[in-house]
Amino acid sequence: MKRTISALVLLVIGIALLAIPVLLTFGSPLMSDMDDYFIAHGQAETAANNIVTSVVFDFRGFDTLGESVVLFTAVVGVGLMFRTLRAGEEYEDE
Amino acid sequence: MRMSKIVRTSADLLYPFILIFGLYVVLHGHLTPGGGFQGGAVIATSVVLVIVAWSYEDILAMLRKVVYKAQESAGLILFIGTGAAALLIGFPFFYNFLANSGLLFGMPAPPGPNPGELNTAGVIPVMNIAVGIEVWGGLAIIVLCMLSSLARERT
Repeated sequence: MKRTISALVLLVIGIALLAIPVLLTFGSPLMSDMDDYFIAHGQAETAANNIVTSVVFDFRGFDTLGESVVLFTAVVGVGLMFRTLRAGEEYEDE
Repeated sequence: MRMSKIVRTSADLLYPFILIFGLYVVLHGHLTPGGGFQGGAVIATSVVLVIVAWSYEDILAMLRKVVYKAQESAGLILFIGTGAAALLIGFPFFYNFLANSGLLFGMPAPPGPNPGELNTAGVIPVMNIAVGIEVWGGLAIIVLCMLSSLARERT
């Protein structure tokens, strides 16, 4: 019974995954309004020749802020894990 | 546990060149491929090279953790401060208020394909430098912290 159910679930998941590339054509409908705007106006508006950088740091600057905060949080976590002990403090071995 | 004298000397010789290359990647982020994250990682590589070549006790005499901690925080503060500075002038958060203004990094870019001018792109180079400083300090402090626990377990 258990094996039949898991086989069925696997079959359904497999069909669903296969149906995506078969039934849907890639890149349609074409949503390129934003891209066209960035390519057409990016150089004039941000005065940066590198469109990728102008998207990352200007048009989507908020995204990059999140990225930097993630890095900061990671470093804070590592610093907490490997902190130097105060005088008289011992590690707990369990 | 130091490495041999050849490795230590090569690391010391390579350190300034990797530093310069990383700073080039950070400063030219708005003209060439690269930017703050990538350049900061390159600079952190030079720090890691020195750390690997020398022993932990030697490293503590050369580099100080406080400097990297301060660097990381200063980078993030500079990044957020640049975004918030637009609020003070009356623009939306993260608005590129320096572009085409004639001030620092304020030259308009020549239209069409061109080799580029360093003094363009407004706040983008400032943010690149901020993120570069942050990634430099962050990756260096991660390696230093992990090495400190390794050195503690050996004794």
